[in-house]
Amino acid sequence: MTATEIPVDNGVNVEALLGVREALPDTPEIAQFQWRSTVSWVNGTHSRSDVETFYGFSDEQQHHTTFSYDVDHPLQFAAQDNGVTPVEYVLVALGGCLTAGVAAVAQQRSIQLRSVQATLTAEMDLHGILGADPDVRNGFSGVAVSYQIDADATPEEIRALVAQSQKRSAVYDMLTNPTSVTVDVG
Amino acid sequence: MPSTTTVIIGAGHCGLAMSHCLAARSIDHVVLERAEVANSWRTQRWDSLRLLTPNWMTRLPGYRYRGADPDGYLSAREVTAMLEGYADASAAPVLTGTTVTSVRAAGGGYIVRTDRGIWRAPTVVLACGAATIPAVPALARLVPAGITSVTPVGYRNPGELPPGGVLVVGASASGIQLADELHRSGRPVTLAVGEHVRMPRTYRGRDILWWLDAAGVLDQRYDEADDLVRARNVPSMQLVGSPGRTVDLNALSSAGVRLAGRLAGIAGGVAQFSGSLPNVCALADLKLGRLLNTIDAWAGTAGERFAPTAVGSPPLGLDLRSGEIAAIVWATGYRPDLSWLDVPVLDRRGRVAHDGGVTACPGLYLIGMPFLRRRKSSLIDGAADDAAELTTHLAGHLDALAGRRERSAS
Repeated sequence: MTATEIPVDNGVNVEALLGVREALPDTPEIAQFQWRSTVSWVNGTHSRSDVETFYGFSDEQQHHTTFSYDVDHPLQFAAQDNGVTPVEYVLVALGGCLTAGVAAVAQQRSIQLRSVQATLTAEMDLHGILGADPDVRNGFSGVAVSYQIDADATPEEIRALVAQSQKRSAVYDMLTNPTSVTVDVG
Repeated sequence: MPSTTTVIIGAGHCGLAMSHCLAARSIDHVVLERAEVANSWRTQRWDSLRLLTPNWMTRLPGYRYRGADPDGYLSAREVTAMLEGYADASAAPVLTGTTVTSVRAAGGGYIVRTDRGIWRAPTVVLACGAATIPAVPALARLVPAGITSVTPVGYRNPGELPPGGVLVVGASASGIQLADELHRSGRPVTLAVGEHVRMPRTYRGRDILWWLDAAGVLDQRYDEADDLVRARNVPSMQLVGSPGRTVDLNALSSAGVRLAGRLAGIAGGVAQFSGSLPNVCALADLKLGRLLNTIDAWAGTAGERFAPTAVGSPPLGLDLRSGEIAAIVWATGYRPDLSWLDVPVLDRRGRVAHDGGVTACPGLYLIGMPFLRRRKSSLIDGAADDAAELTTHLAGHLDALAGRRERSAS
C-alpha cells in the first residue's frame, strides 16, 4: 500500500478485537460470556422479548438501552402478525452474524467493502411442527445464504472472506452443530 | 548413577538425526528407546501404509535415499529397515528396551529415570514423536455396543474389521487413506469430514512435494508464520503414497465413498454430522488455490486448477443402531505421550511450550513436532535442519555451563 492510498475503513475496530485476543493467554476467564433475554407472553402467539444485560469481560454488562422484540406468527397462521416469527429471527441472526464477520475479516485483511448484501432462505415442512409426520423435523431442512459483495478485492478474495466468516460465526456454528438446550420450569 | 552430556529420548528418525549431529561435535550422549529403533514404524502403522513423501525426499543428516525408485514411496517396513541401517551406520548409542519413567530437573541438569536405571545429564532431547497416542474424541464412548472401533494406530488391514459399513471419522491423511482402502475392500464407507488440507498428488507434471520443496514452502520458518498456533495445528495433507494418485474428496466421492460433515455429536445412538461441509470444502479449495498461486508465482507461469469439491447432499445424521455401520475408524488425530515429563514446560493444554524446539527449561529440547522450526518439521526431511540447529543451541548451552563453572571455580 503506497502513501497516497486511502486506508481501508469498514468501520470495524479490529485493533480492539485483537487486543482481547492477545489478553486471553494471561486472563482466559475474560472470554466467558453469558447472553440473556427475557420473554413475556402477550396474547395468542404474540410474545415480547427484551434484551438488556449480559455478562462478559469478568463483569456484568448492559446495552445502552433495553431492546424489545415482538415475536408472533402471520395472519396466514390465523395469528395477528405483531412481529416476525421465531424462525425468521433466526435468519436475521444468521445474516447479521455472517455479515459482521465479513466486515471484520475484510478490515483485518485490508479489503475495502463498498456494499454487502445477502438473501437468506430456509426451507421448512410444516408436517414437522404440526406433528403430522414423525419423519419430518420441526426445523429448517436447509438454509441457503446468497451474498452479493462489491469490494476492492478479487472474486477469490471475496469468496475467502465469506468462507472465513462462516468458519468463525457463532450463529452458523449453532445452526450447523448440536447445541445443548435445557429448559426448566419453576 | 551413569551420566552423559545429552540424553535423547526416542530412537525414531528425529532421535537418530540428533544423535548424528551430536556425534559430529563429539558430544557424549545416549539414545533411550523403549522398544527397538523405529518402534512406531514397526508397531503402529497399518500394513499398506506408505510415506506421503517421495523417496528422494527421504533425507537425514549424512543420509539420502539411493535406491532404484526415487519417485516411489517407502512402506512402513522399508522405513524401519532404513532407520535400522541409519542407526548402525551412525553407530548411534541406542539403548533399546529402555522405557523412560520420569524426567525431572535437578542441580542445573536433569535426572532421567528409566526401567533400567537412572541417568543424569545437563541436557535432554525429547524425540518421542508427535503421534504416539490416538486422539479419540470423548463422544466415542456414546457409540452403541456392537460396533467395532479402531484407530489408525491399532488398525492393520481391512480383513480385521467385521463385514459391513464403515464410518471413517476424519479426512486428513490417515482418514482418506483408510477410507480409500476400506472402500476398495468392498465395504460401504461414510467419511465424516472436518477441516482438511486438500492436495493433488501431481501438479504440472511433477509430484506436489517437489513443488513445495523447490518453491521454498517447506522451508518457511516458524518465526515468520502469521499465526504459529494455527500453523502448528494444520491437519496433515490429503495424500497417499501412490504414484500419480490423487485421493481427495472428489476422487473418493466419485468412487462411491459417501461424504458427511464433521462428526459433531452422538445422541440417542444417532451420529450427528455438522451442516458445515460445504464451507469446510470451500475453505480447503481456497487454501489449495492460494498454494498453487504461490507455486505459480515462484515458477513464473500459471498452471492448472482443480475442480471445486462437489459436496452433494450430505446426511446430517446416521443411526448407529440400525446395523448399517459395523465399524468406526477414528482418524481424528494423535498426540504425543509425555506423561512421564515432570518438568514445568507444559502449557495450559498439556503441550510442551517451546521456541523452535528450545523449551523454557535450559538444556531441555524438543524435536519432531509439527512446524517445530519449519513447515517441513513434520516430515522426515525436516529432521536434519532441526537437529543441526538444536545441536548448535545445545552446544552453546554446554559452553555457557562450562564458562559458569570456570568462573565459579576461579
